[in-house]
Amino acid sequence: MADFKTPELTGAVTTPKITPGASRHIKQFIAKPELMEKVGFPPQKASDWKEQFIRKMGEVLKKYKSVKVFLDICVRCGACTDKCHYYLGTGDPRNMPVYRQELMRTVYRKYFTTGGKLFGGLAAAREISDELLDEWWVYFYQCSECRRCSVYCPYGIDTAEITMAAREIMDSIGMGSKYNLEIVHKAETIGNNLGMNPDALKSTWEFVEEEIEEKTGVRAKLPVDVEGADVLLATPSADFFAEPHIYSLEGYAKVFHQAGISWTLSTHASEGGNFGMFIGNYNHMKTINKRIWDAARDLKVKRVIAGECGHAWRAMYAFSNTLNGPFDFLQHKSPQHICEFTLDLIKKGALKLDKSANDEFTVTYHDSCNVARASSMGNTPGDQFTIPRELINAVCNKFVEMDPNTTGERTFCCGGGGGVLTDEVVEIRVKGAMPRMQEYKKIKDSHGANFFALICAICKAQFTKVFPYYGIEMEEVGGVHQLISNALVMGAKEGV
Amino acid sequence: MNGLGNVFNLLAYAAAAVFILGFLYKVIVYFKTPSPLNIPTTPGPKTSGGVVMRLIPEILFFRSLLKGGAAEKILWFGGWVFHVCFLLIVLRHLRYFTYPVPGFVMSFQQIGIWAGLIFPLALLILIVRRFTNDRLATISLFADYFVLLLIIGIGLTGILLKYFMRTSLVEVKAFILGLVTFSPAPMPDSTMFTIHFLLVLVLLVYFPFSKLMHAWGVLVAPTRAQADNPREVRHMTPWA
Ligand code: HEM
Ligand code: SF4
Ligand code: SF4
Ligand code: SF4
Repeated sequence: MADFKTPELTGAVTTPKITPGASRHIKQFIAKPELMEKVGFPPQKASDWKEQFIRKMGEVLKKYKSVKVFLDICVRCGACTDKCHYYLGTGDPRNMPVYRQELMRTVYRKYFTTGGKLFGGLAAAREISDELLDEWWVYFYQCSECRRCSVYCPYGIDTAEITMAAREIMDSIGMGSKYNLEIVHKAETIGNNLGMNPDALKSTWEFVEEEIEEKTGVRAKLPVDVEGADVLLATPSADFFAEPHIYSLEGYAKVFHQAGISWTLSTHASEGGNFGMFIGNYNHMKTINKRIWDAARDLKVKRVIAGECGHAWRAMYAFSNTLNGPFDFLQHKSPQHICEFTLDLIKKGALKLDKSANDEFTVTYHDSCNVARASSMGNTPGDQFTIPRELINAVCNKFVEMDPNTTGERTFCCGGGGGVLTDEVVEIRVKGAMPRMQEYKKIKDSHGANFFALICAICKAQFTKVFPYYGIEMEEVGGVHQLISNALVMGAKEGV
Repeated sequence: MNGLGNVFNLLAYAAAAVFILGFLYKVIVYFKTPSPLNIPTTPGPKTSGGVVMRLIPEILFFRSLLKGGAAEKILWFGGWVFHVCFLLIVLRHLRYFTYPVPGFVMSFQQIGIWAGLIFPLALLILIVRRFTNDRLATISLFADYFVLLLIIGIGLTGILLKYFMRTSLVEVKAFILGLVTFSPAPMPDSTMFTIHFLLVLVLLVYFPFSKLMHAWGVLVAPTRAQADNPREVRHMTPWA
């Protein structure tokens, strides 16, 4: 399938032998000058890029406590070294979180610390150079900003913060990721990551309506730009066309329909995701996020609900109030997650469910890292784990858990998050998925699991891509609302 | 007062000044550097009271290390024993700095002696770990060995002073009290004490410029020190 070896599925995650440079060749494409300028970055590296680089690094150190403190205090205890899925999948030491950070720390010492200035190499301080920059380019785009390393660190050092800062610094000298910046640009100018214009959106949504009607005989509407609707749904645009994403979209529509809730999609805010976060750029993140709140204000909705997507939920839950709040014009001042919303409805008895519709499935659930470690649901810490599971249990008879060392806050990333979901780096995606694939294999063998439930658009895209590499059918990947959709009995309204 | 005593007095004051000012400087820099976004690692507490409850076990028991595998268990053991011994030894040393010696310092004397003996062993675990485990060997820097050796050096010279090359505790106490009360007294006439003392000064000077600042950083790292409250609080920053 490709010119690399897919790791073998043994059902066990073992710590690999250190293999320097094992993933050194896997690189994202650099954005062309025109694209760089469109998103407000310098077109390419200038002759004085080193000065710009150091200046920007100084600025970041003043702007982000996380970066400053993390660069100072890591004791190199090694607790994080075998916690990153990219290290486990490649054996490349630069994918050990602390050693990834070291790429930045070494420059930090050289230009920003007394020890580094005085003692140079003895203090492990290195000047920025073309070669070092190239390593930055490789390894700061082999981090999915999943925060697993942070969980095990005695000080909570989060490599994702370092990665975001590194990408921001590289962008600022004219070295940006083609994949990420194209998406940022489309989200800011057209309104969604796919670059679908309002007409295209409308016809896709109509198509989904027809699908639902064909399957159920009921025309559950996908309302578009409806002023005065109660709910604005902001969901990742992948939900509009990709499989299995679209089945969850059907699920949302059916839930709203059955519960009799007036809702709308927006052609202006047709994206829940936010790649501004992946590149560590505050302003882009804010601009992209703002479209949702502008749409909410214009459409005079009462609340905003986020569809199934990990990082989108982080952006909405954890950042949007700070970026574009306060949301006093809404009745529900905080965005809600579709899982919180649907579970509420189920608890109120507003939905009629037939669990047996999912009897062909033995379901397991993958906690998406951005939901697990970077945001919350419900009222109690940890509700982000229980709510999706309660939902699944409400619509399925057979639910099984993967190894607890790899779920909840300890969940493994899918390997494609954080702006890594692009085909030129498929090797790192396949290898980074290895730990999760081993666990899935284990639960398949022991419990016959055959449905891999997700609430993240990137996870869905990533796993449908990598399952076949591991010899597993991609149809086993699906959304939680897809299961709900299967079980939801349409028509027979019980009322709210 | 002898001239040499003066040199050591001056060195001690210089080191103490570097330590205190350097530490304070770092504390202020960390305090003033903003956190423009709410980034606690979740699930995390929703209130500042909860944050305190989250941090206490991290500080007292290195809780997150306990989540790890075999390598972290060894690290936890060596690291925890080392830190506790370090703390006990520091407390025990307070008897040189105080007159009369407060009761609580006296109560640490016996256990402090044990701590002093275990301390180098714990450090030995930490240092051996660094070159016997491939991953640690890869990430370890000169600075990591340096600080371990420095502290081992302090511990061993301390043990030598106590058991093999005893010096006059009266002189030591007079010297240290002299420093503390700004009425300099002569340096005790002991090479081993001089080495022990100088190594401590090196540690003091090194501290604020090194990873040892984790002692403060653990309190302010935003992933743990922030409450998970983005729905309630806008995390506004002047620059943003
Ligand atoms: C005066 C204060 C402190 C000193 C001199 C000190 C010294 C050290 C040293 C030298 C190491 C590195 C050990 C190695 O290389 O393996 C270390 C590690 C560590 N320190 Fe501290 N520390 C201090 C305070 C603290 C505090 C307050 C905490 C509370 C959380 C803490 C937690 C840790 C942890 C979790 C490690 C990693 C485990 C280890 O390597 O032992 N330290 N410390
Ligand atoms: S776990 Fe934390 S302190 Fe230890 S090496 Fe990793 S980042 Fe550094
Ligand atoms: S954030 Fe995730 S991907 Fe990045 S270094 Fe940590 S564990 Fe690896
Ligand atoms: S795509 Fe899913 S698993 Fe991967 S980083 Fe995002 S939330 Fe985590």
